[in-house]
Amino acid sequence: MDGTAATPSPTAAATAYDGLPDSRVIGRHGIFPETTHDDVARINFLAQLNRHLAMNVAPSVKTAWERRVKPAFEAKHGRAPRDRHEVRKALLGDPMFNTWSALRRATMEQRQQAGRWIALRQAEELAAQAEAIIGDDPRLSLDPALPIPRYVSAVDHHCMAGSYHTELIEGDVSAGANYDVGLFITTGGLLGRWSDGGGRAIVDWVRREKPGFKPRRILDIGATLGHNVLPIAAAFPDAEVIALDVGAPMLRYGLARAKALGIDNVRFVQADATHLPMFEDGSFDWIQTTMFLHELSLSSMQAIFAQSHRLLRPGGVVLHVEQPQYTPAMPLYEQAMRDWDAFYNNEPFWSTLHEIDLDACFVEAGFDRSRLIHDKVSADARDIFPAAADDKVEDFGRKAAWRLVGAEK
Amino acid sequence: MSVSLALAQAGRKPAGKRPYFLDAEVERVLAITMAAVQELAVARERIDTLERLLEARGIVSREAIEGFIPTAAQAAERGLWIQEYLARVLRIVQQEGEAVAASAAGDLYSEEVAVELRADAAG
Repeated sequence: MDGTAATPSPTAAATAYDGLPDSRVIGRHGIFPETTHDDVARINFLAQLNRHLAMNVAPSVKTAWERRVKPAFEAKHGRAPRDRHEVRKALLGDPMFNTWSALRRATMEQRQQAGRWIALRQAEELAAQAEAIIGDDPRLSLDPALPIPRYVSAVDHHCMAGSYHTELIEGDVSAGANYDVGLFITTGGLLGRWSDGGGRAIVDWVRREKPGFKPRRILDIGATLGHNVLPIAAAFPDAEVIALDVGAPMLRYGLARAKALGIDNVRFVQADATHLPMFEDGSFDWIQTTMFLHELSLSSMQAIFAQSHRLLRPGGVVLHVEQPQYTPAMPLYEQAMRDWDAFYNNEPFWSTLHEIDLDACFVEAGFDRSRLIHDKVSADARDIFPAAADDKVEDFGRKAAWRLVGAEK
Repeated sequence: MSVSLALAQAGRKPAGKRPYFLDAEVERVLAITMAAVQELAVARERIDTLERLLEARGIVSREAIEGFIPTAAQAAERGLWIQEYLARVLRIVQQEGEAVAASAAGDLYSEEVAVELRADAAG
């Protein structure tokens, strides 16, 4: 029984509310962990806290930059900052930046703890459920001998202890469950009910820009839960879709989640995409990554671009959804703020990725410069958060509005 | 058992050294405070659910809660609880206040007394 019957007319405050929805709008599928009232309240709080920091605290950091940090820098050096690193290092001396940073870091740590509290306390039950759903389904291919790349093992991305790959118990899926319950927090509900806003955005783009495209074989690299590849698989039900990741807990959870959601044309394969001898040259029509490139290293990214060129058939397309590159047109302050996750939220390749010449990387991998793709895509979260449709909140690297970079072979 | 796993590891340190933006002591207290702030929100949401369910079932209306006026005895019990609560929360401030006079009166560290007592034994 809910309480709605007793509140026949919403109060003026409730009518005016355009903030985050209650996190109970998150879609629940057959492998989604059980959550208590307290777990859900914690997710609500942390999502609101992230949004508060973005809407109400970060603007004061900008004011501090304009009114005192930048003038002090210029007085000391007799010139403006030359690059985003100088801006960031100057900001590190400012109490407003440091307060915002300390709160943002603490919020991320609390999010991880909240999600892990949900996932770890039912780790055994979730592993058993995943096993029951998956059984001996051939669509899961694990490689326990796979070396975990240094860019995954050196620091745990976004403060996620154990990252994507650590297995705490046999058949562990807890890393996947933790990731799934927390996406709403970090993105402030902007990815929609199934956290698949990135995948839905790319499907919309492909349908609009490549009408008549009928991919038979699709490769999604760095798929984690498969949350972004499921809309692609659903949009092209006749295609064979392969979701790659290095983390076994993600892949187990991903297949169980896909099956629970009734998507049956995705295989989940444990592999490092720099080395894919199991796939033949020209055997894919579409290679996709979604918010993945920034978690790599330069050499692995170059190797993945080369693999993508090898694996695509002529006429095939590779598409990467990412946060925008640091162009000369982007103010150094914005670049420095976007770099925050690189240095303070364990996303160490983020800074490098966003400054390099991606076009040159495509060309080096064998793609034709005249066939490169540049566009913008953004998530549509109207299913759970209609007020966000015209959201002006900038959360420096976490907003669900991305650049699309890619190439046709 | 999974709950032991969760207790031990839910808050585990991620790989990669933690950056500090404030004095470490201050940032530690801030992080503890924000966790407490979070848990207050969690408790508040549970109370809100309780109130709404009680109202929906016709047991207690929210209007009755908002309009509740304690009797003198109830107000006294509540006042006493607030006094006790503040005394608990601000214990260190009470003790630091008492230390001003105590220090002036020759209050010592236990370590200083230990040295003194050892000297007594040697003498």
